[in-house]
Amino acid sequence: MKNRLKVLRAERDWTQADLANELEVSRQTINAIEKGKFDPSLPLAFKAARLFGMAIEDIFQDEIEG
Amino acid sequence: MNHPKTNSNSWEATQKTNTARLRYWTLAWLLSLALARFGPESIWAYHTGLSILGIVLNLFIGAGMIIANKTYLRGLDEMQQKIFLDATALSLGTGLICGLSYEQLEDVQLITFQPEISHLIFVMSLTFIVGIVWGNKAHR
Repeated sequence: MKNRLKVLRAERDWTQADLANELEVSRQTINAIEKGKFDPSLPLAFKAARLFGMAIEDIFQDEIEG
Repeated sequence: MNHPKTNSNSWEATQKTNTARLRYWTLAWLLSLALARFGPESIWAYHTGLSILGIVLNLFIGAGMIIANKTYLRGLDEMQQKIFLDATALSLGTGLICGLSYEQLEDVQLITFQPEISHLIFVMSLTFIVGIVWGNKAHR
């Protein structure tokens, strides 16, 4: 699963630790999600969408969709 | 820097508290285990009542450690829980397979000594640590 977390975070000048605090996960987890090494659960994905004020599909995309 | 309007680092603080609590319960359990094991011969000369008390104390503190471990686990985030689960599966699987094979070694007289539970705990601990390190590396 692809995601735009790193871009969205950079646009706001947030560190991984800032985002981790907001989403109540570890910084390592944010890093793994950004690198595509860990796919977040639906509740966590919704939490990220709420935080950025976007639709969930605007942040996370299925790889198959290209 | 434009930090998000974060309320606090409460999640991280809770994790630190849970980790510290688990550490203290584990240390207390180890000490109570040592007391129950060595107390009878070194401190109270096999006094039955005190030996029973030592075992009961060890079980009681062990229950506290289990609860602390559960609290710690529930406090982890979803990726950390996955890494923990994978490491636990590796450790339990290895423990079961190796434990039974190890026990059979004596049954078929390939070893002459009695298999010790401590050897199995050592193998399980080692595989759990390997699983945790492996899991963290895979998600880095």
